[in-house]
Amino acid sequence: MNQPAVQPQGGTLGVVELRIPSKAEWVAVARLAVAAVANRLNFSIEDIEDVKLAVAEACTNCIQHAEGSDQIQITCETGPEGLTVRVRDFGHGTRPDGIRSRPADEPPVGGLGVFLIRSLMDSVEYDVHPERGTNLVMTKKVAN
Amino acid sequence: MDIKVDVRESKGDSYVVDLNGEIDVYTSPKVKDAIGELIDKGHYNLVINLEKVRYIDSTGLGVLIGGLKRVREHGGTVNLVCTNPQIKKIFDITGLVKIFGIYDDEDAAMQALV
Repeated sequence: MNQPAVQPQGGTLGVVELRIPSKAEWVAVARLAVAAVANRLNFSIEDIEDVKLAVAEACTNCIQHAEGSDQIQITCETGPEGLTVRVRDFGHGTRPDGIRSRPADEPPVGGLGVFLIRSLMDSVEYDVHPERGTNLVMTKKVAN
Repeated sequence: MDIKVDVRESKGDSYVVDLNGEIDVYTSPKVKDAIGELIDKGHYNLVINLEKVRYIDSTGLGVLIGGLKRVREHGGTVNLVCTNPQIKKIFDITGLVKIFGIYDDEDAAMQALV
């Protein structure tokens, strides 16, 4: 199906929301859905792959670190400058600095996820709340 | 979404692990089990062929790193076959190009083992 790319106008947002069970087998659904949204914008294939991986890493962090959360909410907002994705869990909150973020200069086995998210997206912000869970907001700009 | 894992013996005591599909938090345990089984049997020189892997995330990278750590303890190594630019990019930005030998084809990866 060949659909025209979305041309976001100033201030107008297209919003797509998805909620998945906080289980490993559902992460593929999230990344494919977000890739479909990114595909409607003028992203390159490489940028779409970046968004897919960043969202999957965010969901994986929710599954592995958000205790007490059985759902993950993914919200995509298309705007004039690109795509903003919010990934929210409903756990007790895991500080991003509690998840190691580093490149693999030595062979680590964990901690690459946050590093990848920060490397692949243009902006990344965490809102960690002990009762509301963690809300990760990340943005990918459309290249001019 | 799934991953297909095939293990075959190659030259000497080396083994090739062919992976086909997507390696993520759901499928990576299957890859981990296959690599772990080889190491448990005393095979420490491995080529992992990622040519048919369309996607890999940090859990997949973690499995490869874990395998490399284990074989290095026995003087072995893990070489990778990968030409997919998106996957090579992930190895590049995570710095894993510095710890893995990454080759364009299986023959080159195999020759570098010995």
